[in-house]
Amino acid sequence: MEQFITSWLGSTPAFAIPLALASMGLVLCERAGVLNMGAEGYMALGAMTAAVLTLTLGNPAIGIICAVLAGAALALLFGFAVVIMRCEQILAGLATMAVGLGIAGVVGRPYVHKSFAGLQPLDLPVLDRIPLIGRLVFNQDILVYLTVLIGVALWLLLERTRAGLKIRAVGEDPASADVAGVQVQVQQLVAITASGALCGLAGAYLSVASSSIWVENMVAGRGWIALALVVFARWDPLKALAGAFLFGAIEALLPRLQAIGVPAPTYLMNMLPYLFTIAVLLVAAWSGSKKGMAPAALGKPYVRQDRH
Amino acid sequence: MSQGSALLTLSAIDKSFDVHRVLDSVSFELANGEVHALLGENGAGKSTLMNILIGVYSADAGTLKLEGKLLKIAKPSDSARHGIGMVHQHFRLVNRLTLTENLLLAADGHPSLKSRSTARDTLLATAREIGFTLDPDCPVGELSVAEKQRAEICKVLALGARILILDEPTAVLTDSEASSMLGAIRRMAESGRSIILITHKLREVVGFSHRVTIMRRGETVAAGLDTGDLSIEKISSLMMGASTSSVSSDKPPGSVRPHGPDLLAISHLHAQRDDGAPALTDVSLRVRAGEILGLAGVGGNGQHELVETLCGIRSASAGSVMVDGADALGLSPRQRRKQGLRVIPADRMAAALVSELDIASNLALTSVVSGRFGWLWLNRRRMERDANASIEQHEIAGARPQGRMGLLSGGNAQKVLLAREIDSGMKLLLAHSPTRGLDIRAAAAVHQRLREAAAGGAACLLVSEDVEEIMALSDRICVISAGRITGELPGDANAADIGRLILGHE
Repeated sequence: MEQFITSWLGSTPAFAIPLALASMGLVLCERAGVLNMGAEGYMALGAMTAAVLTLTLGNPAIGIICAVLAGAALALLFGFAVVIMRCEQILAGLATMAVGLGIAGVVGRPYVHKSFAGLQPLDLPVLDRIPLIGRLVFNQDILVYLTVLIGVALWLLLERTRAGLKIRAVGEDPASADVAGVQVQVQQLVAITASGALCGLAGAYLSVASSSIWVENMVAGRGWIALALVVFARWDPLKALAGAFLFGAIEALLPRLQAIGVPAPTYLMNMLPYLFTIAVLLVAAWSGSKKGMAPAALGKPYVRQDRH
Repeated sequence: MSQGSALLTLSAIDKSFDVHRVLDSVSFELANGEVHALLGENGAGKSTLMNILIGVYSADAGTLKLEGKLLKIAKPSDSARHGIGMVHQHFRLVNRLTLTENLLLAADGHPSLKSRSTARDTLLATAREIGFTLDPDCPVGELSVAEKQRAEICKVLALGARILILDEPTAVLTDSEASSMLGAIRRMAESGRSIILITHKLREVVGFSHRVTIMRRGETVAAGLDTGDLSIEKISSLMMGASTSSVSSDKPPGSVRPHGPDLLAISHLHAQRDDGAPALTDVSLRVRAGEILGLAGVGGNGQHELVETLCGIRSASAGSVMVDGADALGLSPRQRRKQGLRVIPADRMAAALVSELDIASNLALTSVVSGRFGWLWLNRRRMERDANASIEQHEIAGARPQGRMGLLSGGNAQKVLLAREIDSGMKLLLAHSPTRGLDIRAAAAVHQRLREAAAGGAACLLVSEDVEEIMALSDRICVISAGRITGELPGDANAADIGRLILGHE
């Protein structure tokens, strides 16, 4: 039993980190008032970029950095559409998602199913033998630790710094922020780009760290689960991090159970994350105090009306 | 009173929106340490002038001088840098942030407000100086309206404003809150700041300001008069203009129409604003068949909520509304239409017409449910025939049944709406600012339609901010102020009497 729990917890980050990075990115974006439906596409682009570059150059670090840039670039396209051209946010988000999935499919086609040496876990002797949490805490790759750091940094940014204050103000009441001298469009573009970068990193983790291979449809709906996690986390990056680990633990449980021979219908088990997502959304919608915690101006394009 | 030297001078300011001239060579002068009241009816141009001063709009012509030096203000941050701050009627605070955070947000690049703690201290010191108490750590959304206003004033002062523009600061306050606010305004002036006070309440002007500037229709009609030399009567006649020469009434002579039964009877009606504050308090009105009742008042005193409550899109919290003797409050807007209620809302494009549809469809909109144009397939030919008849009958220039509604001018769009609403089933016509934004000819045509509707036996409730319109059309005049009916006058009352009631003093 102890063995089971240790290896279950140890494999949780592999499932949790992509969700955590993507949902924290989306939290940032939504706190700036922009509803970003493109995460699935940014993740796919990041996963493909990281995998292809690691395969051809043999260096996972370069692959990961380029995945971050690719995610940011695609998000910037989305940002241009919604912030500068004031397109409908949902449609523009879906469109950039499709662009990301498409590029990943086409460019990545020759590299499908070729395994490579990805990111390796840090080797911390002795410590990883601590029962139960030893492998969870001490036998992970560097991105896992980085993700936790990003979560804390993002929380500090949003809640404790002047830059975060501006982002929150823009998401709550862009008109008042504008009058107060905040450049609404700049704040939103920065938040959108950063969210794309985090989604790209999330994708890179999928291909380079957790599976060391690129296959199409690798993201498999994680971008959407991340979107739901934002609601679950009440737009708080630390809660998004915690929620992602909760989800990761559920997902990690399935292969463990099968490995020890628990009979469970595979299809039903594979549905579990999505069922859980629906349950989370229902609970969030139900318990959410009427106005909820959502940024008040979320999804509403800001058009300055008072200038003639 | 002894004036300081001129601190701020605006001279010969012009501003037009499209072809509308909103400001025509307006001048304004503010002295050091004074409370300067800026008066005028809605649409007189006060807000536009102030928005030019703070950099929201740019003037087409004219100059701004601060302490004798020419000033260029292109955006709001420019005015803030020169110590000019405005407290808007609609507060510019982010609700979910605390007051300290709101100050930090606006204090970007401000040398002395770097950290949360200095911002908080500055706020508390400012509040103490002018005698406010406030909690800088409470999310602004949880404050009452009066607290929000104090918060906004402290924020603007903490940012270093020496010239403070207050846009109707007491409009949202109770009497006791208002008097403490006015006391604070006095103290701010004594501490060397200069205040521009926009208000409609003449008692406040006489009691608390040093000088008065009055605007009417985009022009300055009185600039920098000493308040001590003015009476309330004098001010209100300057504001209303042409007060003694009563507007040549277009009412047909001896138009004492034999009025019929009450078609609209509102008694003790109460309703709330969107934010839960009372909008209507104990409103009772009745309108008889064949009569036009004019409801005068400054906008925002409950007219909007009254019209919505009568239409059935806002629920009343108490009271009753009878249309032609039958209770209407429990009915849906569609059922009320069946009762004979017809509505000309203030914002016709938002609340009555669909600008993307063609004119025939707009005319047919209310009768489609009756099946007149078919139950399953729409009888397009019949719609267009009806539309042609309406266009001809109402002389709607340049309109074709297939033409897009949104392309019509305001006057012609209003004619389309009148053509649709004034039909054989009409018993009660509710018209809210029916000539707003129309030119004189179009307005005259609208007035003619309203008179014909009344002559045809309908009851007509005309809600308008335009006193001359009220005087020209009404058989009786009621005045609404702060959600209450403050008085009733006969249809031939003069502007000064109406103005006194509108401006809220007996």
